[in-house]
Amino acid sequence: MKTLHWIGPVMAWVLSPLMLGIINRVKAVFAGRRGQPLCQLYYDLFKLLRKGSVYSRSTSLVIRVAPSVVLACMMICTMLVPWGKMEAPVAFAGDIILLAYLLGLARFATVLAALDTGSAFEGMGASREVEFAALAEPSFFLGMLVLVLHCGSIGLSDVMAGFSSPTWQTSGILLGLVACSWFILLLTENSRIPIDDPNTHLELTMIHEVMVLDYSGPDFAYILYGASLKLWVFAALVVNLIVPLRSVPVWGQIPLFLLGMGVIAVLVGIVESILARLRLQQVPKILIGAAALSIIALTVELME
Amino acid sequence: MEVFISGCLILVFSGAVALLSGRSRGAPWLAALGVWVGCGTALVPVLATLAGQAPESLQIAWGMPGGSLSFGLDGLSAFFCLPILLVSPLAALYGCEYLAHEKKPLGSILFFYNVLVASMLLLMAARNGLLFLVVWEIMAISSFFLVIFDDEHAHVREAGWTYLIATHIGTAALLVFFALLGRQAGSLEFDAMADAKLAPAMASVLFGLAVVGFGSKAGFFPLHVWLPEAHPAAPSHVSALMSGVMIKTGIYGLLRALTMLGAPLEAWGWTLVIIGLLSGVLGVAFALAQHDLKRLLAYHSVENIGIIALGIGTGVLGLTWNQPVLAVLGLGGGILHVLNHAIFKSLLFLGAGAVVHSTHTRDIDHLGGLLKSMRWTGLTFLVASAAISGLPPFNGFVSEFLIYMAGFSGVRTGASNTVVLAIGSVGGLALIGGLAAACFAKAFGIVFLGEPRSSHATEAREVGAAMRWPMAALAAVCLGIGLFAPLALRLVLPAVQAIAGAENVLIDGPLDSAISVLSGVAWVSVCLLALATGLFCIRRRLPRGEEETTTGTWDCGYAHPTARMQYTASSFAQPLTDLFRMVLRTHRQGNVPQGFFPRRATYGTETPDAARERLFAPLFRIIDRCAAPIRRMQHGRVHEYLLYIAIVLILLLIWKAGGPQ
Repeated sequence: MKTLHWIGPVMAWVLSPLMLGIINRVKAVFAGRRGQPLCQLYYDLFKLLRKGSVYSRSTSLVIRVAPSVVLACMMICTMLVPWGKMEAPVAFAGDIILLAYLLGLARFATVLAALDTGSAFEGMGASREVEFAALAEPSFFLGMLVLVLHCGSIGLSDVMAGFSSPTWQTSGILLGLVACSWFILLLTENSRIPIDDPNTHLELTMIHEVMVLDYSGPDFAYILYGASLKLWVFAALVVNLIVPLRSVPVWGQIPLFLLGMGVIAVLVGIVESILARLRLQQVPKILIGAAALSIIALTVELME
Repeated sequence: MEVFISGCLILVFSGAVALLSGRSRGAPWLAALGVWVGCGTALVPVLATLAGQAPESLQIAWGMPGGSLSFGLDGLSAFFCLPILLVSPLAALYGCEYLAHEKKPLGSILFFYNVLVASMLLLMAARNGLLFLVVWEIMAISSFFLVIFDDEHAHVREAGWTYLIATHIGTAALLVFFALLGRQAGSLEFDAMADAKLAPAMASVLFGLAVVGFGSKAGFFPLHVWLPEAHPAAPSHVSALMSGVMIKTGIYGLLRALTMLGAPLEAWGWTLVIIGLLSGVLGVAFALAQHDLKRLLAYHSVENIGIIALGIGTGVLGLTWNQPVLAVLGLGGGILHVLNHAIFKSLLFLGAGAVVHSTHTRDIDHLGGLLKSMRWTGLTFLVASAAISGLPPFNGFVSEFLIYMAGFSGVRTGASNTVVLAIGSVGGLALIGGLAAACFAKAFGIVFLGEPRSSHATEAREVGAAMRWPMAALAAVCLGIGLFAPLALRLVLPAVQAIAGAENVLIDGPLDSAISVLSGVAWVSVCLLALATGLFCIRRRLPRGEEETTTGTWDCGYAHPTARMQYTASSFAQPLTDLFRMVLRTHRQGNVPQGFFPRRATYGTETPDAARERLFAPLFRIIDRCAAPIRRMQHGRVHEYLLYIAIVLILLLIWKAGGPQ
């Protein structure tokens, strides 16, 4: 039975680059282009892994170690995320705190590696990254508080196992509010529009992409793969909230889960196609808004 | 108990010998040896108590009215002795090399260092109000002399003055606290005080006095004003001892007061939670705005004291609501954070001291690229930065995890007051954690990474072994507590029991579940380390994994970047300090480039302490104005002063003779 629990992480490790492919395809369709192949990121990763690397003279060992730390954190995060009836392979009370702080450790490593290059652009990206992360973290935890209050258990797996289609009928508004809040966090943490623009050519306008300017070869492959795993983790959390996986039989859970992940990817693609990037001064407002959604949900739950 | 006292005596004695031989080269080593031997001796009974031996006590008569030399060592005292016994010897060893180039006689600093360590240990063991106050005062005075070691600089004298006033405001509150409590109990012995039956109103007044008195030592906002002045002024190993260990005596005092005031009231818990949130958020916000490395660290002490207060406040609320889980997790997290903060904060101050020693500047914006020239200092500073930001797999994460867990467990019960608490503690802790990570990304990133920003940084050299090894040892403890988290929680157990046990709260059940959760955390930490190492090895083994080309940083087509074009500490923190500009009130000065051929442009920011500027400065002005008329009595004629004394004595005599016999 325990081996079945590993299906979740293995799916994440194998399929996560595909999500970025779907997002890019949706954006291409909106723009009237044909777009890159769905599996482009896989090709990129294999290409990068076979290359040598270029380092800046300014750098120290921090930039050499950071990609491994980031990828290790993300891989462990995928092991903490449950899906449907399945517990995550690593599940205990309070695992959400560990999840948030592993993301924090990965961010810390990325930011330090960016400062390691001594580039003003990367410093700028690092500065924005830590600002938005500091504001995003409370919303993440407040969302979890809503779920803990609703389900009466602390572990991520226990909480997610408590949702079914009746839950949606009785307290759909709660789940909806938290899902909205976490979707905003998904966009923030994965540096998507409207918070950050993953593919402009002006380094000045970017946050995450500008921090990874100086990676090359296998290091860059680690960073890209880590980023796709991070997207998967956040998407899986949202899917667990909005798709009543528990109500379908076990054999139907995997297709339904993957369908949900696909829908999230399409949703991100649509958001990217129809919205412009926010001015940087506006980003804190949207993050505080996300926290407000969770506090509203808490109030609603208390009033019931 | 005799062993413990003799440890303290060894400390004082070796300090006195060092004082007499202050000019010789061996004096620092002699004093440090005394610290090692003294602390080693005192460690034996402390470990025995933590291992579950019955609390020891010792009573010696003392000629002082109301006073007695009564000492005791219970779980709470023993736990608070741990950081003292761990950090003092390491910092003393570090000090030997740090002070080696000092031209002044070292007798006084060595003596007062040893006296400070001894007084902190005795404070933990004091079981009489008067004795406690005397030791408290010795601790304050000896640390004052350590702060003003570089007294040829005006700013150091100024800092010493601020510290002296702040600590005495605290002592004044404590004097009233013990006098009132002693009057209620009829004795100044702690045992008698603990048995005193206090009316809730009286207990609340006493609690308020304890918060002010002990809070001014611990650094609760807004009583923290002395920390950002005194820590940068003191020699670095002294800052490490004061910031890492000495301010925790305030927390100890507060907990000891809680054991004496009877059943806690709900309002006390809320007070501590609010103080904790205020200190935490504002401490880190002010830290973000600093350029002085040691001042930045001092503000982080305020932040971490806030986290500790948040944990203890949550625990107290758990006690009043009769929720053992909340009590154990809150108190356990808060008290464990005392030990954790002592370790990583003293490591940070030692690292900052090594940077100052080697570059002769504390200004972050003049540093950069030090990791290449100071590898040990840099790596240990990195470990401590990750630990203080609460990141796994280091020790800071363990204690913050427990406080988070307290918030979540409270919510599980569904009561609305626990939800309000959780919104504050979980949301606040998340914000504090995020901001602290930002601040230490800045501190480590700007100081140790990138290119040197000035000649100070270019000429940096790694410090010697006596300074490196203490830092390495502390870094190892940071990782050790992270990986053996369940054992660390067991260490806190006696201290938690001392507070929760007094209220007859069953702590075994919640403790066991907390330990099983922490073993999960510890396992994940081990896996994380293994996985990261494995991925790094795989990356090296790739077909062309070891092939490296070196070139300049990608600068977006910019032709001649210089080191001064790097992001600075101020620019890095600017988006966040902008969010807090209402409280920070940063002063900006400088002239922007003007005209077609601008000559010279400057820009600088300075963030003075808000509590000092807008609370204490006006307050002291008012006091000054009110006290002006009394100044007429103080005119410098000594014979009239003698007359005052005589009059007061006669009045006292009459009062004593006329009063009840």
